[in-house]
Order: sequence, then C-alpha cells, then structure tokens
Amino acid sequence: MRSGPFLLICLVLGGAVYGAAALLDNDYIFFAGYVVLQYVVLSTAWNILGGYCGYVNFGSAAFFALGAYSTVAIHKFTTINETVAVPIPILVLMAGVVSGVVGYGMGYLTLRLRGAFFAIATLALAVVLETLVVNWDFVGGSRGAYILRPSEIAPFGNYVRYLFLIMVVLAAAAVTVARLIERSRLGYGFATIRDDELAAEALGVPTLQLKLIATTISGALMGMAGAPFPYYIGFLQPSSTFGLDYAVNSIAMPLIGGTTSWVGPVIGALLLGSLEQIATVTISSAINLLIVGCLLVGFVIVAPRGIIGLVQTYRRSKPEEFAARRPIDADAPEATP
Amino acid sequence: MIFSFDLLINAIISGVLIGGFYAAVTAGVSLSFGILDIVNIAHPAFIILGSYVAYIVNVSFGFDPILTAIVMLPAFYILGAAIYQVYYVSFEKRGEESLRGLAFFFGLLFITEVSLVLYFGVDYRYVEAPYIGPTLHFGSVDLPLRLLVPCLVSLLLIAVLQLVLTRTFIGRAIMAVSQDQLALRLMAIDPIRIKRIAFGISIATASLAGAFLIIIQPVEPSVGREYIGRVFAICVLGGMGSLPGTVIAAMLIGIVESFTSTFYGPSWAPAVSFGFLLLTLAVRPAGLLGR
Repeated sequence: MRSGPFLLICLVLGGAVYGAAALLDNDYIFFAGYVVLQYVVLSTAWNILGGYCGYVNFGSAAFFALGAYSTVAIHKFTTINETVAVPIPILVLMAGVVSGVVGYGMGYLTLRLRGAFFAIATLALAVVLETLVVNWDFVGGSRGAYILRPSEIAPFGNYVRYLFLIMVVLAAAAVTVARLIERSRLGYGFATIRDDELAAEALGVPTLQLKLIATTISGALMGMAGAPFPYYIGFLQPSSTFGLDYAVNSIAMPLIGGTTSWVGPVIGALLLGSLEQIATVTISSAINLLIVGCLLVGFVIVAPRGIIGLVQTYRRSKPEEFAARRPIDADAPEATP
Repeated sequence: MIFSFDLLINAIISGVLIGGFYAAVTAGVSLSFGILDIVNIAHPAFIILGSYVAYIVNVSFGFDPILTAIVMLPAFYILGAAIYQVYYVSFEKRGEESLRGLAFFFGLLFITEVSLVLYFGVDYRYVEAPYIGPTLHFGSVDLPLRLLVPCLVSLLLIAVLQLVLTRTFIGRAIMAVSQDQLALRLMAIDPIRIKRIAFGISIATASLAGAFLIIIQPVEPSVGREYIGRVFAICVLGGMGSLPGTVIAAMLIGIVESFTSTFYGPSWAPAVSFGFLLLTLAVRPAGLLGR
C-alpha cells in the first residue's frame, strides 16, 4: 500500500475512535485516549532510532519535555506581548524543529563513538536539560508553569476533544513516517547499521549521515508529541515532565511490541498504554510503573523479539505450514538405498 | 558575588573530598563498563540500595553505616554475580547485549527505584554516626568529617581494588578478559567465571558507595539518577577501566562541581558532569589515562 492511502486509513480509524467516543459522550475516554496516542507517537519515534538503527535513546523524556517547554516558552512570549495565541498545530511544528535540532546536535557529538556512549549521553541529556529548565525563570523554573487553556473550542466542544484530535493526526503521521522509512532506501540503510555497522561502512553506506537523520527525525517526533502536553495537563513541572516514566515507557512499548516493524511500537503502545490507564484508575500509578518495568525486563529476557516475534514463531510452528512445506522436501532426489 | 580566598580554598577542599566519594561511586562502573564492557546503567540504583540497607541497619540496630556496608559486601557480591549470570544467559550468549542488554539494565534501574519508592516513600532518609556532625578546623580551612571519612575509606577501597587487579591471579585474569577472551580460554580459564567474579566485585563496591552517599547527604530513591551522568562522565574522563584515572577524574569533577555550586549556585551543578562527558567524548574519547 502506498503511504497516502495508508495515512488516510490511519486518520479514518482515528476519526472513527473519536466519533465513537463522542457518541458515548464521556470525556474521560478523550483524556485517557490522548495519553495512549501520545505513547504511540513516542514509541514509534523511539523505534525509528532504537529499532531500525539499534541505537538506544534513554532521553525520550528530555525530547518530550523539550517539546512541552518550547510550547510554554512560545505561549509565555506571545501572551506577554498581548498578541493572539499561537494555534497548537504551529506549536507542534515549532517544537518538532527545536527537538530535531537538539537531536541532531546530540547525535553529532556522540554517534561517532560506540553505541553505548550515545545511550549514556542521552541519559545525561535529560539531567542537563532539566537543570536548564529549573534555572530558567521565564518558563517557570522549578516552580512550574501554568497554561490556562480555554475550556471550550468552537467546533469540538470540550478542549480535550480538540487535543485528542491533534494527537490522532500526530500519531497517524508518525506511524506513516515510520512505515515510509521502513520501506525506503533509508530503512534498508538503517537496517544495515543495526545488523553490522562496520560491514555497512565498508560497503559504502554513509552510516554517520544515516544515524544523524534517524536521531533528527526521532527527536523531532518526540518533541512534537510533547508540544500539546502543557495544554493537556495545565500545569507543567520540570521533575514530572522530565520523569523517568516517559523514558521507560517509550523503550518498553517498542520492545514489548517488537522493534523490527512499525506495527510493534503501535501494538506495544496501545496494549501497555491502555493497561497503564486501567491500572492507574484501579490500583495506583506507582504500581503501574512497577508493572511496566517488570514487563520490560521480562520481555527482553524471555521474548527478545516482542509480541511480533511471538506471533511469527507461532505461525511458523503451525502444522498447516509444515504440511505446505513437505512437497518441497519430496522434490529432493531420493537417496539411493 | 564576593570573591574571597577562604571561599576558594574551601571550595577546592570540599571538591577533593567529594571527589574521593565520587571515585568510590565510579569504581564499580569502571570495572563493569570500563573493563567488562557491560553498560550497567543500573549501578546508581544499586548504590541507592546500599544506602537503604545502611539506613535500615542503622535505624534498627544503630550500627555504623560503613561497617554495615563492609558486612554486606558478600551479599552485594552474590547479587552482582546472579545479575551477571542472567545477563550472560539472556544477552551476551545470544549476542544481543547492545540494545536489549541496555534495556534490561534500564528496567532494573527503574524497578529498583519504584520498589524503593513503594516501600519507603519519597521522604529523605539519613543515618546517625559519631562522625557526621563535627568539623575539623585548620585556620580558615574546614574539614567536615562527614566528607573526610567517606573520602579516606573510598581511597582505601580503590587502593585495595587496584592491588587486587594488578597483583593477584584473579585480578590479572579480570584485566585479561577485557583484552582477549579467547587467549584466556586457551589458558584453561573460564572467561565467564572471571567476568562473573568481576561483576560481583563491581556491584559489591556499590554497597560501600551507598553507605558513603547516605553519610554525605540524605537519600531518597530517585537521587541515584543524578549519579548516572556523573558516574559515566568520570569513568570516560578517567579513561575506561583505569582506577588511578578514575580517582583523578573524580577529584577534577568534584572540584569543578564544588566551584560551580559555590560561585553560581547549586542548581547548576548537575550540568557540569554532562558538559565534561560531551567534551571528553568530542575531544579525547580515550580519557585522561586511557589505554
């Protein structure tokens, strides 16, 4: 399927969910759905670098927060000068540019070395960006920042519905981009880096360039996922925005779903995201983080290829397929007695 | 900002003392990341675990935290050996250590932190010991015992580790395993066993480092996160796997951080180590005393 129709199908699916939720007239569905979709974007973005190239990014929270704080900065800036509020889609694009640039810079400094250095540097990046934000009073510093959103917006009714719709579009776009990359020359280049970087380099694959493209796209998407967040949460605080839970979730979801294809992160995010929403309401939010951690460790040990891998192994072991394979064996010349 | 000589001297002294403590924190990572090539980003979580063990024993029996940590060394060693075994069977053997191994340690870090939060809450905990309050004064120079004792014990720990690594058979085997596993195997030494021992030792140092940490400052479960960047910055700056390099780098970062918090304010200190990390990676990836 071409990417255009695919994007359309994604949007139609998202629209259908929106319609169903609107019919139920329960705004909690929009609240919870927003978070799940946000994780779809984050885990898809993580997978572009982590799954396709094999480079682990622990700084998802940093890129996410970068997006969120660029929104806060722009919002503060425009409201000080009494100009009109910038519409969210534009904020999303600007956040994408900011975090894309940071992703490029990070990659440029660390990707020449072994993969582990990149991983460590991303971990440290979260701490440093948090330090910067804590010391930057314009965006609220350690006290946090309030964003007052209008409670209603023209055609959608409740504002959360509008945010949900933005996230639907964003998620559809992210998945389409991931799918497009996977099937293009770029995707094959990424796969060569994942499988054997040295051999790829020797064969003339421009590995550094490709890795930089991957970090930039991945970082930009994460930032875009964070951009509407201040409007969603209303009160943005550094310690929670840079929290480890975004980082762990955006790693756990692709690894649980399966990293080799765009389907994996989507499955992982939908399953784990919904599970977390349910666990947060029914048990407690701390327990739900513990569940994510245990699932992550369990999956990487027991099912290293995630749910997709499990499905593939199951399909391969199905008896019909063995039956289908048998004639090929029969074609082989029989051994003379 | 009033610049005074006393302030400068005291900033340097406290930087050196803190640096000694950082050396103990980093020693474990120098072993696991520097020598064994295992990217154990969960190391700070084990340090926090060590802090909480020292805290529990101190609160319930009033034992000295450092003595407790020394008694707990074998337990941490066993924990480390067990983790290495899981890591080896699940990742190293399959050749998947890069992506999934990292995720594994990240998961461990997260599980440890969340479990501690669930059990102890996010309150700051501290220990009682005779050397935590008093300060030695030499003219205008202050030497808080709270920093001095961990620093000295930590330097002792590094010295012992260095002696073990260079003088004993096991230690030399550990150094060798980082260079050529096959050669080790040809000499009838099991590299997996050596690595297990080394990783056990690496986690055992976390017990002591944890005790130092809770002596120096009150501890809550997420404190460990600040140490991830710092620890790896020191490890890389010192030259992967070189213990003398680790001490020098730790003191350097300690002094620079102490300067930053004295002259610019403590909220900027976490950014220092990251700056060092990026600078080292960009300019001299082999570190100060790199091989």
